[in-house]
Amino acid sequence: MGNHSDGSPNHSGTVATAGQNEVEKFQDPGIPPHRLRLADTDPKAAKRAERQVAILFGASVLGTLLFLVAYFAIDLGDASIATIRLQNALLGLGTAFAMLGIGTGIVHWAKALMPDHEVSEERHAIRTEDDRKAAVRIVDDIVEETGIKRRPLIRNTLLGAVALAPLPALAIFGDLGPRPDNKLAHTMWAPQEGKLKRLTRDPDGTPIKASDVTIGSAFHVIPEGLNELHEGKLNEKAKAVVLLMRLDPASLNPSEGREDWSYNGIVAYSKICTHVGCPVALYEQQTHHLLCPCHQSTFDLTNECKVIFGPASRPLPQLPIAVDDEGYLVATSDFNEPVGPSYWERDEHERSIKS
Amino acid sequence: MKALSQKRRHPLAVIALLLMGLLVTGGLYAVATTVNEAKASTTSFSANDTAEGEKLFAANCATCHGMGASGSQAGPSLVGVGAAAVDFQVGTGRMPMQMNGPQAYKKPAQFNDEQTHQLSAYVASLGAGPAIPEEGLLDEKGDAAAGGELFRVNCAMCHNAAAAGGALTRGKFAPALADVSGKHIYEAMVTGPQNMPVFSDANVTPEGKRDIITFLKQIEANGSPGGADLGALGPVAEGLFVWVAGLGVIIAFTIWLTSRTS
Repeated sequence: MGNHSDGSPNHSGTVATAGQNEVEKFQDPGIPPHRLRLADTDPKAAKRAERQVAILFGASVLGTLLFLVAYFAIDLGDASIATIRLQNALLGLGTAFAMLGIGTGIVHWAKALMPDHEVSEERHAIRTEDDRKAAVRIVDDIVEETGIKRRPLIRNTLLGAVALAPLPALAIFGDLGPRPDNKLAHTMWAPQEGKLKRLTRDPDGTPIKASDVTIGSAFHVIPEGLNELHEGKLNEKAKAVVLLMRLDPASLNPSEGREDWSYNGIVAYSKICTHVGCPVALYEQQTHHLLCPCHQSTFDLTNECKVIFGPASRPLPQLPIAVDDEGYLVATSDFNEPVGPSYWERDEHERSIKS
Repeated sequence: MKALSQKRRHPLAVIALLLMGLLVTGGLYAVATTVNEAKASTTSFSANDTAEGEKLFAANCATCHGMGASGSQAGPSLVGVGAAAVDFQVGTGRMPMQMNGPQAYKKPAQFNDEQTHQLSAYVASLGAGPAIPEEGLLDEKGDAAAGGELFRVNCAMCHNAAAAGGALTRGKFAPALADVSGKHIYEAMVTGPQNMPVFSDANVTPEGKRDIITFLKQIEANGSPGGADLGALGPVAEGLFVWVAGLGVIIAFTIWLTSRTS
């Protein structure tokens, strides 16, 4: 057996037994003796600390002035990037000094000059019954003094007012609507009055000839007429954007019913990721992978954009395309499923499109 | 020496040492990666160029691309890829490839301008393909705003809105576009090297390509309006900065707040 010792000189080296340590070993040391700071004893040091605080507050004033000067004196009329950068830097520095000056000044003031003696507050024993009675008495007093029991008119009008007060909020929430209904399920690609929509270049809206699309190309496509929309252009664009690519026709593996959705190896797929709707436009022309930059969902173009990696759960919707009399690419119909990420009524909409 | 060893426990010694280390590695790196600016001046090829190019090709490229550039198991056929493809791949050092892998890296060019020119001449003689662009399209005097719009629609998803590059699948990546000559940018667009799609003249017009190059050179020269852009890589770099620097400052302030004044 080794020599057991807990450091106390009274122990003899025998094994400790229960009850031996009942005497409290550590006594409350109390508050440590108050140590005077330099500023408390030396008036020179106090003066110095005071000056430092004043300098910090002064730095804050200078920071504010710097911000104002930078904001008003630098003319951005037709400024170069260098001027904009200079102004940004000065605005940032000005704000930083303005805020930090006040903050650090106050902390330094409190630490160096304000009294720093420690105070302890006694915790009182909790007397539940008395406290509870006192609280009840206070509530009773309030009820009594307001006279709410004696004056039902006041009480009822108050209840009415409180009940009606949330209604304006409800009205404002109503403005979040109307519900989109089946707007999410349809895009601008649907033929209008029997006229098939042409595929046009993003952003200038010029139509694309099938012969323009060489093997390995990737075109970013918007529907014909999008640029002429006056209202809701961005909403329509967000649903209708398409990526157009041309592969070797032999490498495509169309499923039944989709054989005529491509033209000479030219395929068009929705650019909106089926996961959360980022634009899937990172096209690798040799591996034929489409990559979504947000969460790395990867789609295999040769297998109808089947998901081969990542969180997306559905393939990208394919836009059926053909060529019109003048050789331009057209969409023969809208997408045959809602584009983009899942939403509450999606299954319902998909069924109604397919039937 | 004694003075130095006495100061080694100074609280600022660690910072000084860190700074010194960073300076040395940064300096070495800068020296090691001096860029190779290749500039071929003419796009016309003589019969002599083609003949010399064929010899160079047989000696350096035919192992993978096959005799007569008809392709093999190890490399694609180069018939019809055009002079632009050769000028880009060889001029940026991507070809000859260092080793097989998901992507050929940019590295100091192995052939000088004349040899690159001869190789281009040979491959161009095998079949029609995109030619090396004319100087007029590379003058960086196009419409930068229009180029910016085209860049954001066609290029930004892979190359990043600030042209800082980005990751692709399985080890491939789209490179950053700073320090790439206008000619090479143009050639990459018309030929679609490696996994980059082709942006033929029917897709983005030659003027559009000129605008894109103007835009890229403009943002490269002007830098970021917000000051330090932390590589323009977005939330990862910015988040790391905030977590390290921002939290560091907050911790320093907390220590200061709770410390005793002397």
